[in-house]
Amino acid sequence: MRKEMLVYVVKRLIMCFITVVVVITATFFLMNAVPGGPFLSEKAASQQILDALNAKYGLDQPLIVQYWNYLKGALIFDFGPSLKQKGFDVIDIINDGFKTSLPIGLIAGILALAFGTFLGSLAAVKHNKVADRIIMIFSTASVAFPSFIIASVLLYVFCTALGWLPANGITTNGDYRGYILPIVTLSLYPTAYITRLTRSSTLDVLNSDYIRTAKAKGVSKNKILFKHALRNSLTPVITYAGPMFASIITGSLVVEQIYSIPGLGRIFIKSITGRDYPLIMGSTIFLTVIVILLILVCDILYKVANPRVELE
Amino acid sequence: MAFKIGDHNPFGFQVNYEKAFAKATKDDKEAQVKMRPSTTFFKDGCKAFVHNPVAMTCFVIICLLVLAIIFIPIWYPYTYDEMLGFKTSDGSYNNLAPFQYGSAEQALIANGQFIWPHIFGTDSAGRDYFIRVVYGTRVSLSVGFFAAIIVLIIGSLYGSISGLAGGKVDMVMMRIVDIIYSLPDMLIIILLSVILRTTLGNSLDNTPLASIGVGMLSIFIVFALLYWVGMARLVRGQVLSIKQEDYILASRAIGAKSNFIILKHLLPNCMSVIIISAALQIPSAIFTESFLSFIGLGVSSPMPSLGSLASDALSSMEVTPWKLFIPAVSICVIVLCLNLIGDGLRDAFDPTLKS
Repeated sequence: MRKEMLVYVVKRLIMCFITVVVVITATFFLMNAVPGGPFLSEKAASQQILDALNAKYGLDQPLIVQYWNYLKGALIFDFGPSLKQKGFDVIDIINDGFKTSLPIGLIAGILALAFGTFLGSLAAVKHNKVADRIIMIFSTASVAFPSFIIASVLLYVFCTALGWLPANGITTNGDYRGYILPIVTLSLYPTAYITRLTRSSTLDVLNSDYIRTAKAKGVSKNKILFKHALRNSLTPVITYAGPMFASIITGSLVVEQIYSIPGLGRIFIKSITGRDYPLIMGSTIFLTVIVILLILVCDILYKVANPRVELE
Repeated sequence: MAFKIGDHNPFGFQVNYEKAFAKATKDDKEAQVKMRPSTTFFKDGCKAFVHNPVAMTCFVIICLLVLAIIFIPIWYPYTYDEMLGFKTSDGSYNNLAPFQYGSAEQALIANGQFIWPHIFGTDSAGRDYFIRVVYGTRVSLSVGFFAAIIVLIIGSLYGSISGLAGGKVDMVMMRIVDIIYSLPDMLIIILLSVILRTTLGNSLDNTPLASIGVGMLSIFIVFALLYWVGMARLVRGQVLSIKQEDYILASRAIGAKSNFIILKHLLPNCMSVIIISAALQIPSAIFTESFLSFIGLGVSSPMPSLGSLASDALSSMEVTPWKLFIPAVSICVIVLCLNLIGDGLRDAFDPTLKS
């Protein structure tokens, strides 16, 4: 078993490496395919200045050499300097944004896990009763509402109409109320999804033979739920948790935009609107690596939690 | 007394042939029929779907919406890009509240003329907001349907080829799927649509594709490139498991050809999975499109989309909140209905769910 596991992890790591290289290659050549060089939008510069700039950033070398240099740098997260924010390295800008995005994403993810599993198992235990109906209506509705709609409506209700929360986003002066709405918005969809997931898997498990056996030998209801059922019914949640964390840490583009949070998502949109090519490439690759690693970790955890799953 | 065969002796044990073996009349036959009318899997599923009140309600709502977005623009007096006060440089048309009129229109109404009301008011450029919402819904729904069709075709072809071929071909094809699957889709979509917009630029002008616009086209290309992988995985899994079934073996044993097996056994059995996931693909495509339009990467102006309408309304939310709520509610209703229809289809057509 141990050896099989090791082989599996090594195989997956190799796949991850290939994926990262593919992403770096794809972004590099895609960005190079965009017509107009990075210095074109500057004031009409003389040919000499352009040549000097190109030489400085290594853009006068053949494409394949540029690619090789970029690949070597990107694998150690060295994406070179930013074109638009003079004097900053791309990785420093990304780092700053990540420091803002990470806590929000983590808190939202943990909240989603806690509430989702709780509501889901509650709905399963109270199957077809009022509580189940209410929880299902909530989760069906939340899955259907796009996050930018939820974000703008919440902003309108709590900041504009009621005036309970500050509308100017998060601030550094220790006012934590600005974090509330972004976290709620971010966690709503995953909470609803995890609720549905937990409910259906718990229902499956509660109908299985070993639960009937446990009931027959007189185990208490709570013990059946927590000791026997939940352990098995939560395994699908593990596989979902990886992509979920990845997407709320990285995919919070809209939420960060609406609540004006200076996080990774905003940096990404800003780099795109500002045509800051190294920053676009850098943040794409950085986010991809995070997503891939999180999915890998969750897949391994899944195999640990559920040994019956065959290792491919 | 001599009896002839066929005569009836009331005390005899002899069978009365004429009566006992008389041909049954039509009524007799019908009285014996206890069978249900023969049904197919498809008919059965349709029946279950029709009897699902939630799914049917949603289906009717979507049908009404589709009819509305097809027919309303034909007779509606305003168009989506007509700036009402533009020719006369009349600013009174801009930012009207629902059921208000511009100054020139008020004069006409005072003369007793009938002016079609601006049901949802107008936007900041003096365009009738109702017709813009209708066009936005049109864009969103058509993106959803076409994206689902693209995904359906590419995904099911790729998946079934991979599943049928098996072996090394399958291995390589699935590794490609794995790589695409692990990409963060939102990022790649944004990246691709930016690149496609700049690369395509104005090269579409004067071609039949010009009416679609670069934004829409890049959304479709992105879907064709990225979103089929889920469907491909699903179909491959289905094909692999059906391939192992005994009835396929039996079919092969009596000499059925591969073509026959694919057409008669594999396809019909994959169909429910394909239809269900295609139906659930539509809302997710609408989601993506409205999101892209919201951050300004979707359809190109002046063509509206529900996402871009919502994003335009965000800045003036305090003054004109209804402009945000109308497109927001429309997106939510559409996505919710399509999700519930998808759920209903799954309940009706997924044979593994039947208890």
